[in-house]
Amino acid sequence: MNLSTIDARPTPSRRHPTATDERRWTQLVLIAIAVLFLMGFLLLPLIAVFDEALRHGWTLYREAITSPDALAAIRLTLLTAGIAVPMNLLFGVAAAWAITKFTFPGKALLVSLIDLPFSVSPVVAGLSFILIFGRHGWFGPWLFDHDIRIVFAMPGIVIATVFVTFPFIARELIPLMQEQGTDHEQAALTLGASGWQTFWRVTLPNIKWGLLYGVLLCTARAMGEFGAVSVVSGHIRGETNTMPLHVEILYNEYAFSAAFAVASLLAVFALVTLGLKTYLEWRHGDELAATRRH
Amino acid sequence: MDIQIRKLHKSFGDFNALAGVDLDIASGELIALLGPSGSGKTTLLRCIAGLEFPDRGEIRFDGEDVAERPVRERRVGFVFQHYALFRHMSVLDNVAFGLRVRERRERQPEALIRQRARELIELVQLAGLEKRYPSQLSGGQKQRVALARALAIEPRVLLLDEPFGALDARVRKDLRQWLRELHRRTGYSTLFVTHDQEEALELADRVVIMNHGAIEQIGSVDEVYERPASPFVFDFLGDTNVLRAQVHERRVQFDGADIAVLDGRIHPDGAADVHVRPGDLRLGDGGIGLDVVVQSLQRTGPVVRAVVQTSGSKAPVRVEWPHLHHDVPALRPGAQLRLRLLQFSLYTPQSRPPTSSLGAPILIGQERRRDHA
Repeated sequence: MNLSTIDARPTPSRRHPTATDERRWTQLVLIAIAVLFLMGFLLLPLIAVFDEALRHGWTLYREAITSPDALAAIRLTLLTAGIAVPMNLLFGVAAAWAITKFTFPGKALLVSLIDLPFSVSPVVAGLSFILIFGRHGWFGPWLFDHDIRIVFAMPGIVIATVFVTFPFIARELIPLMQEQGTDHEQAALTLGASGWQTFWRVTLPNIKWGLLYGVLLCTARAMGEFGAVSVVSGHIRGETNTMPLHVEILYNEYAFSAAFAVASLLAVFALVTLGLKTYLEWRHGDELAATRRH
Repeated sequence: MDIQIRKLHKSFGDFNALAGVDLDIASGELIALLGPSGSGKTTLLRCIAGLEFPDRGEIRFDGEDVAERPVRERRVGFVFQHYALFRHMSVLDNVAFGLRVRERRERQPEALIRQRARELIELVQLAGLEKRYPSQLSGGQKQRVALARALAIEPRVLLLDEPFGALDARVRKDLRQWLRELHRRTGYSTLFVTHDQEEALELADRVVIMNHGAIEQIGSVDEVYERPASPFVFDFLGDTNVLRAQVHERRVQFDGADIAVLDGRIHPDGAADVHVRPGDLRLGDGGIGLDVVVQSLQRTGPVVRAVVQTSGSKAPVRVEWPHLHHDVPALRPGAQLRLRLLQFSLYTPQSRPPTSSLGAPILIGQERRRDHA
């Protein structure tokens, strides 16, 4: 064949490089909607929070977040998250394990129960804890006799937080573990590993990224929870006020700058969580892609 | 190690996965469990491994009943269909896993474990890939890692679940020969599950053919292929034509043909099904046989296939032969020819309850000699 007969010119590019590509203006409209929505509903409020918090300068800002009540609220919020997240870690892993690795009667019910905190209003959840542990509740008299305080005290706040944030870790793990099946565990067992060794060396590494992701989401929610905690806390300044409750009190007292200062701190916590998550995705993107679905 | 299995039963809800299985495996044998899906072959393999527990029955390893022993105490090498490699571990760590999880007093020093793992990786011809992760390996390589990992614990028996199921045809063929060679060198008693009859016949010393949770036949490759114990076995091992016939006084009569039964065993008089493989048929101009009309012809590579119709019952019959032996003149659709049955099997039609003498099939070679060998 004569080389000169080969047409070396590239074929003209087509209008639609792939089947799923839309027309240019459709793409632009969709992108514009997404960006505008993000700006309006996420970025703008965030900017507003910081703007309002810093309106009267750094000194006032620092005073607002270092006042004894604010420090107590920060301490309580971190402590609550510090207790609630490990508890949900334990519950979440146990529940996900039970649901995905065993078959037992009532499994479907358990799966839907895990979602309950997502569907029940946090205020209702808080009220139900008052009903159970309150002074005139089911266990109230007994608790009162033994001088154990649950509602209007830190234990109640922790219980309400655990309830509200329970689904985050379990929900993250269940689809992941369902997808992975039990082949790896069975392989480890045939190779002579004990149940404990199988969990630590095979199951946990397989779910670690999903688990971490769940923990981050759970932490963010635990620090930000308002409704249920508001009902059970009793709003005792310096004692049972978490950061979101403290923000509300300041706001109701027209101390706008202080309210936004504390709110901005909550926003910073949320941004740090988001940053950690992004870092993990960037650093371990391959492994995340291999083990996670979203 | 030899294995005896006695009266093994296992059901999942209403489904009888195993309905009384008896099987003896001698030390060092390479055995294929062959059957369609749902025949119980994988359940049997998993019961031997200890990944399922039978409802009733015995599984003896060298005489000791292990049916109730948990999987980690049985020391079986199990290779999963999708390999189940630990994806967060390198090839070396995967292979070394079984050695590292041993109890402290039985565990070898780390240096020895690594050395042993390297030897195994070399045995499965993956030297140089120790540091790779499973996601960086091809299907065939993963299969070998899974095998090396299973061999690391020096298993008493090696069990493979559809070992080549997830591989493409070419890799599959290479791996088969390699596995056979590996078995010869290591000498482990080995069972593998497959639904591919070619794979079973090519690899195994003995083939166990299962259907509906029971064993239909156990035998060497020659035995099951040449003397299939039931119409199911006959049909499962290859292409089959089934022709309706009558047996009368040691003669098989169908479609105007009348063939003397030369075999010693005699089928009771009455209706019978003639099972015959397309390759065990020959077309000719004359001689004994059935009158047939050629309907269609097709050549696929080295094989010529034809569909012919018997003149009596108009039943279509598939015939195939190697293309070099084009010894039939004027072979075209519409040609009238004679069909000879070189060998076939007779079974009582399945719709009828089997008669007492019919446990075993009657294999009749009308012409044992193969003219075109």
